[in-house]
Amino acid sequence: MSPVTAPTPTGPEQVAARVWERFTPAQRMGRFAVYLGIVIAIIASLRSVEVIPEFLYDAPQQMGDMLSRMWPVALDYYPKGIHEALVDSIHIATLGTLLAVIMAVPIGFLAARNVTQSPVLNLFAKFILVASRSVNTLIWALFFVAVFGPGALAGTLAIAFHSIGFTGKLLGEALEEANRGSIEALEAAGAPLASQILKGYWPQVKPSFWSIVLFRWDINVRESAVLGLVGAGGVGMVLDSAMNLFQWDRVAMVLLAIFAVVIVAEFCTTQIRKRII
Amino acid sequence: MSTSPAAMPAGGAQGRVAFPANWTARLAWIAFGLYVIYAASHLEFTPERVAAGFEHGVKFISRLFPPDLTRFDLLTKGMIESLQIAVIASVLGVLISLPVSLMAARNLMPAWLSWPARLVMVLCRSFHPTIVAIFAVKAVGFGALAGIIALTVASVGFLGKLFTEAIEEISLKQVEAVRATGAPFMSLVNFAVAPQVFARFVGFIAYECDANLRNSTMVGIVGAGGIGGTLFAAFQRFDYDFVCTIVLTIIALIMIGEILTVRIKKIFSV
Repeated sequence: MSPVTAPTPTGPEQVAARVWERFTPAQRMGRFAVYLGIVIAIIASLRSVEVIPEFLYDAPQQMGDMLSRMWPVALDYYPKGIHEALVDSIHIATLGTLLAVIMAVPIGFLAARNVTQSPVLNLFAKFILVASRSVNTLIWALFFVAVFGPGALAGTLAIAFHSIGFTGKLLGEALEEANRGSIEALEAAGAPLASQILKGYWPQVKPSFWSIVLFRWDINVRESAVLGLVGAGGVGMVLDSAMNLFQWDRVAMVLLAIFAVVIVAEFCTTQIRKRII
Repeated sequence: MSTSPAAMPAGGAQGRVAFPANWTARLAWIAFGLYVIYAASHLEFTPERVAAGFEHGVKFISRLFPPDLTRFDLLTKGMIESLQIAVIASVLGVLISLPVSLMAARNLMPAWLSWPARLVMVLCRSFHPTIVAIFAVKAVGFGALAGIIALTVASVGFLGKLFTEAIEEISLKQVEAVRATGAPFMSLVNFAVAPQVFARFVGFIAYECDANLRNSTMVGIVGAGGIGGTLFAAFQRFDYDFVCTIVLTIIALIMIGEILTVRIKKIFSV
């Protein structure tokens, strides 16, 4: 809002002559800079991206071909080849989330500025969180496959390491929003840090903690389904081998199974969220 | 807090426990613990494997360093392609999800229009971008176009859901006021809906740009363009020093992206 100039005009002519502006010049400049930056980014990307438009022409044909090969869906393949891998995927997601929470809680506490009053430690924790988040699950999986060999262990660790960033960041933010009152009361009573955390912070962040964990588990169920593409276990490995052998009817069955699990997981998390939060 | 003796449960103050045990929660924890043991043994997480992994891990990390800085062209080419994919997919995602989410908002649209729009968003959201990328590669061949399609689909699913929720939470008073003037539908959207949701939309779009930037470094693993392909090739050739360079560059790029989005959110949150 533009600053009102003194003395305030009182007559009707002056009031009518006042110019009302919603933004200050600095705000307008900021917005203009953002819009300009976006436009430049779009133009630069569109001009230089290497896209071969000819490939688009036969895309409908290609998709039609693939869909016709997917039908009929190989329903009988589910008990033979998919079920076990699918259960593995869910195990990977759950154990990965558990490991992530175990690692993210201390980092979240380090990142919260009101709990850890040391800018160096805050920055260090924030760096770990950003690094964990910016490396995609599949890239973490490539790392762990190189270290632990192909299999579910690599997948679980990949899920865990990628989830630290998300879980820790949101947990840190929840901790920063915690009310000082009860914590000051505990401090005044001479409570040690462990009691402050357990009886002061924990009851306050408990609802957001559970919703973060459930939300992350939901995401991880989706992610665990694709980890197999780089050899990190789960139903993705079945998908990968079916695609490499062009068995599209089996691919369709795997996709149907993944779709069902994702829907069920989303339903479960909403139900649990309603019950416990 | 002082409680009168009459209000206390039988047994009086001595019988009360400050933090009573919650047996349902304890049983749930025990069940979860048993599940974890079962799942870990089912997936064959043995201490020997972990120990062997740590040995490999040390070797692996020692091979990551020093980072290989010689293949600069390959790195910049891949990173620029990833950036292009992220920018174009974000723009297309926003452009598509704005009308779709408007159609899906149940407080503004009739049910026959909102259900199909919701179905489109659920379908876009239900598959991981990697799986969409595989099909996009099948449809339009290797390269950036497949990545753009995959990330656009993911953006429509995610942004559409958030946009719809935001539109459904607006106050209908403004909408009624604008409607009472006899304004056409586009004016209704411009002057009653947009001002109420604009700031939230900026936040969602900023988040989605971050997510697209992160995912654009990954879709290359299945051949959909960007740095992911280079990274995957480096992994397969055991060029771990080049892997290190690529991953560090990705982290730096995403950090810059997050700083920028925080700035942009600050500019628009007036």
